[in-house]
Order: sequence, then C-alpha cells, then structure tokens
Amino acid sequence: MIPKEKLMEMYEKMVRIRRFEEKAVELFLKGALPGFLHSSIGQEAVSVGACAALREDDYMISTHRGHGDIIAKGARVDLMMAELFAKKTGYCKGKGGSMHIADLDLGILGATGIVGAGLPIINGAALACQLKGTDQVSLCFFGDGASNTGSFHEALNMASIWNLPVIFVCQNNLYAESTPQWVHQKIQDISVRAQGYGIPGVSVDGNNVLTVYRATSEAVERARGKGGPTLIECKTYRWLGHYVGDPGTAYRTKEEVEQWKSRDPVKQYRANLLANGVCEEKDLDAIDRRLEREIEEAVEFARNSPDPDPEDALQDVYIGEYIP
Amino acid sequence: MAKLNMVEAINLALREEMERDDRIVVLGEDVGKEGGVFRVTDGLQAKFGKDRVIDTPLAETGIVGTAFGMAVYGLRPIAEIQFEGFIFPCLDQINNHIGRIRNRSRGRFTCPLVIRSPYGGGIHAPEHHSDSPEAILAHIPGIKVVIPSTPYEAKGLLISSIRDPDPVIFFEPKRIYRAIREEVPEGEYSIPLGKARLVQEGKDVTVIAWGAMVREALNAAEQLKADKIDVEVIDLRTISPIDSETIAASIRKTGRGVIVHEAAKTCGLGAEIIALINEKALLSLQAPIERVTGFDIPVPLPKTEHYYLPNPKRIALAVKKVMSF
Repeated sequence: MIPKEKLMEMYEKMVRIRRFEEKAVELFLKGALPGFLHSSIGQEAVSVGACAALREDDYMISTHRGHGDIIAKGARVDLMMAELFAKKTGYCKGKGGSMHIADLDLGILGATGIVGAGLPIINGAALACQLKGTDQVSLCFFGDGASNTGSFHEALNMASIWNLPVIFVCQNNLYAESTPQWVHQKIQDISVRAQGYGIPGVSVDGNNVLTVYRATSEAVERARGKGGPTLIECKTYRWLGHYVGDPGTAYRTKEEVEQWKSRDPVKQYRANLLANGVCEEKDLDAIDRRLEREIEEAVEFARNSPDPDPEDALQDVYIGEYIP
Repeated sequence: MAKLNMVEAINLALREEMERDDRIVVLGEDVGKEGGVFRVTDGLQAKFGKDRVIDTPLAETGIVGTAFGMAVYGLRPIAEIQFEGFIFPCLDQINNHIGRIRNRSRGRFTCPLVIRSPYGGGIHAPEHHSDSPEAILAHIPGIKVVIPSTPYEAKGLLISSIRDPDPVIFFEPKRIYRAIREEVPEGEYSIPLGKARLVQEGKDVTVIAWGAMVREALNAAEQLKADKIDVEVIDLRTISPIDSETIAASIRKTGRGVIVHEAAKTCGLGAEIIALINEKALLSLQAPIERVTGFDIPVPLPKTEHYYLPNPKRIALAVKKVMSF
C-alpha cells in the first residue's frame, strides 16, 4: 500500500516535469534559450516512478534528455530554468546548459552529452558507498541507444562482479536519435541483457508510474540489502523529436506518435488517482494551478537574473586563480 | 556554376566520389534515412542503398573500429562522428590501431579511411559539441588531419582525403557550415593534402589560421588596412602533415607572425607552428610570434562564447603588438 502523500507527490512531480518541458520548448522555439534542448515529454512516468523509490541521499545520474530525471530527484526548477537561459544564477552558473545540470547536494551527479557515459560513473558512486559502508544506493538512467555502447556492457559486468548497490534504469523510448530499436539491436527486451551478467533484469510499462515505482522499489530493496544490481527496462516514448527542432517525422509515423500520445502517462495517472478515490479532481486541479505559477516564476527568475561576466568563463577550471 | 554552402559542397563530393568508386561506404549514426543531423549525407542512402550508407548503432568506438577493418580489407569507408566531442571514445582505435597499421605491417596494409566530424564552437552549442581537438589528433603518428575553410575548399579537400591511401580525420567547422556560399564546380577537382593556401598576400605580417578562423583572420586584415598594416593570410588546410615550407617562406618575407586557433592555447597547434618557424626562419623574425587562441577551459555556453572564440578584434590587437615590437 503506497501512502497517499507519496501518490500525490508523484503526481505533482510528473506535472512539474510536463509543465517545465512544455515551457522550455516554447521558449526555445521563440529563440529565448541558447544551446540545444532535448525534451522528455512523454517519459515522465519513468523519471518519477524510479526516483520516487529513492531516498534523498541516494545517488542518481542522468542523460542528455535529463530535465525530467533531475526534477524527479528534487532539483529546483528556478535554478534549472536559469541554467537553460545560461544565466549566472543557473545550476552550472550558465556554463553547462540543458545537458549538464547537476546538484550534488541532492545526489544528482548530473546529466551528460555523451551517450552511455553515466553507467560506469554510477558504479563509482556505488562503490564509494559500498567501501564507506553506507546503505545508499545509486541509480543510472540511460536510453536504448546507450545499451549498445561498450560502457553499458563494461558497467553491468563490473556492477555484477562487485555486487554493487546499483539500479540501471533504461528509458527505452524505441529510438536512438532517429534510429529505430529494431535497426540498432536484435532484441526487443533490453532487460534480457541482464542474464549475460548474472543479475536480475525486468521489462515494465514505462508509461505507468506505479509500475515503474514498484519495479524500482524492489530493486532498491535488493541493492540496499547487499543483493547487488538490477537492470530495469521501462518501455516509453518521447513525444517530440530527438532535439527541439527535429520534427521527428522522418523516421516515425504519425499514427505511432498518436498511439503513444493516447497513452499519456500524466493523464493515465490522473485518471488512476481519481478512479481509486485517492483524491478529488479539485485537489489535482489545485496542484496543476500551483505548478503553472511555479514554472512562470522560474521563468521570471531566469529572465531577471544577470548574464555571466566574461571572466566567469575562467573560473572553476582548476583550484585557485587561473589567468590566461 | 552553382553557389553552394559547405554542407552542400561536402554532400556533392560524397555523391560524386561514391558514383566513381563503389568501394566507398558511408557509416555512422543517423547518416542514412535521416541524412545526418546537419544533413551532410542527405539523400545518399536513397541513391546508393543501405549497403553503402549504413545507419549504425550509437557506438562511436564500434563505428570507427569497423571502418578500420573495412579499410584494411579493400573498402573505402567514410565514418561520420556526429560531433567532435564524441570522437574521444574512438581515440583508442585511432591511436592504437588505425595510425599504426601501415607501420605494424611493414607497409603491407594501409588504412584508407576518412572520419568526418563537425567540429568547433560558434553555434551556441553546449559542452561536447563545441570542442576543437585537432591538435590531439595531429599528435598521433600515421593520421592525417584536414580542416576546410570554405565550401570550395571542403569539396576539393574531401575528394583528396577520400582518395588518400592513409587515414584522414576531416574536421568540418560547423560554425560556417551554412555561413558562406561560393561557386563550387561539379565534377572532380582536388586540392592536395599537406599544402597550405595563401589566401591573401601582404608584406607586413603573416596571420596563420584554419577552418572557421580564416574568415576571422580576413576580417581582421580588412580592419588593419586602416592602420596601413598589410596582412598576409595563410589557410593551413591540412593540420597534419603541416606545410612548414609555405609558413616559413611567408615568415621569411614578413618577419612577423600571428597564429589563430579556436582550441585551447596550451599544447595547441600554435606551439608546434612556432617551433617550426624557429627551426626554419628564426633569423628572419622581427618579433616573437603571437598566438590568439581559446583559453584553457572547457568551451562554455553562448553567453561567454564570444569571449572564448578568437575574433577580428583580438587578432588585430595581436597583429599590432607584433608590429610595434
């Protein structure tokens, strides 16, 4: 039985991600945001369901499509939005941008522009916990594309032989950029790769936040109990293209996109909460309105924040002062 | 004659070379159906089929290692690495295998492959999408490194790179992918590798640049006319092997030099060029050579990118400094 508070928190986080992403896309298309943007709209249930199974002091590492993951782990949307605007007040002082947001205080080791890079890193975080004797677990998000990289295979092997407290969560959105899964790998269920490393693997509906939560909770329990790593594949879909600006239509049919949109993870969860009498419609509407304001305030904060000074570019490369 | 941008010119070179030589196979992430993220390989799969334009999994080491094996056994692979920041996982294959096979096989096997990759900053991209790693690649024996500065140059240099019997890293300055249009002839012409281009003659000072920096150097030269400084501009074109003769000849004439590159200063190619000048033209020097480069930092976001990238103003300042030495 999941407490009501937890159920409501999951709804709130899913809507926060959806609103944040919608706003970011809108701003990017207006030319307000520099850099590149990879939207995670459609994948909210994976981010939220997986992170809801973690404690605040657990570790998490994300991907280039990472806004949802880090919001789910508790990141502040005002600092994120400021980072997207490349402002001095952003999470990375405006130097990292959309793809590199980290908040080590929240256990968010960051996003990365390099596909597959996070898997060995999360092993390191987990090994540090293991050697220090803490009971923290570490979770790594990655995509179907990353499951073909060498670092995926190296990392799963190392996690298994060292029995690391790691949860590998694959956000299988069926496309590695523009390449469909059936073109880039011969298997349908990425979880079968767990067998090759002698660890448990499971494939679940990534559009159902409670399914993801339950699967991750089981893996977290195992990891905390010194039972080693787990590979969880969550089947989901990104509604938009690989990056904002990619229409995503050259390699996907309209019917396919519409079919997945009809399984909107946020709407489904909302309906689920109401059907089970967890809360009333007005409670959810109140959350929606509050988040609408929160995102608007984040945009205001970002807009009103100062640009970095040119000299800031020279800071934080090495310890101490650096003069070119 | 058609006026093309660099993307179109490279596409044309690929198309013509693939028609001429059926050993050429293009492979990389999203290069087929999608035509590449910058559309450089647009239409090639439709024309030449899936056996010659291969969409690969997202696995850079795998792409480059595969290209190596194909090249050793008679094909002419052209691998695309989507952004220069993604080339670092492939350095193992490039350094430990591709650059060594001729040497390792006592000259019996060659490795005639091309690795194309968009490179450099200036498009407001974040980390991993704005680097300039040419000096790292140029440091590897057995590897050639080519960087075009205009559409015409890109087509000619790519044709030469494809036909070259050695492995070539072909860095495409993404900042000027669509910024310059010029006449690019259909049909074959080639520009030899290892030969720099004298872009503009001048008698007072030599500015050496490549890729997107050539345009910045030319703009600086234009500004410096007001100060009655006559600037000679050299486009290096090939970073490795480097055309030390053209550089030395120019320095012997002008006695002064400024090197411009986007990459970080420390161990950048500028240092190598200064060493070559010292070896070949020391007694002609009227002033120490200046470098205008990026700083020794990760390439930052657009709000500070203009501060990082060399621009005509910084180049002009350096020129004035060497002129007033």
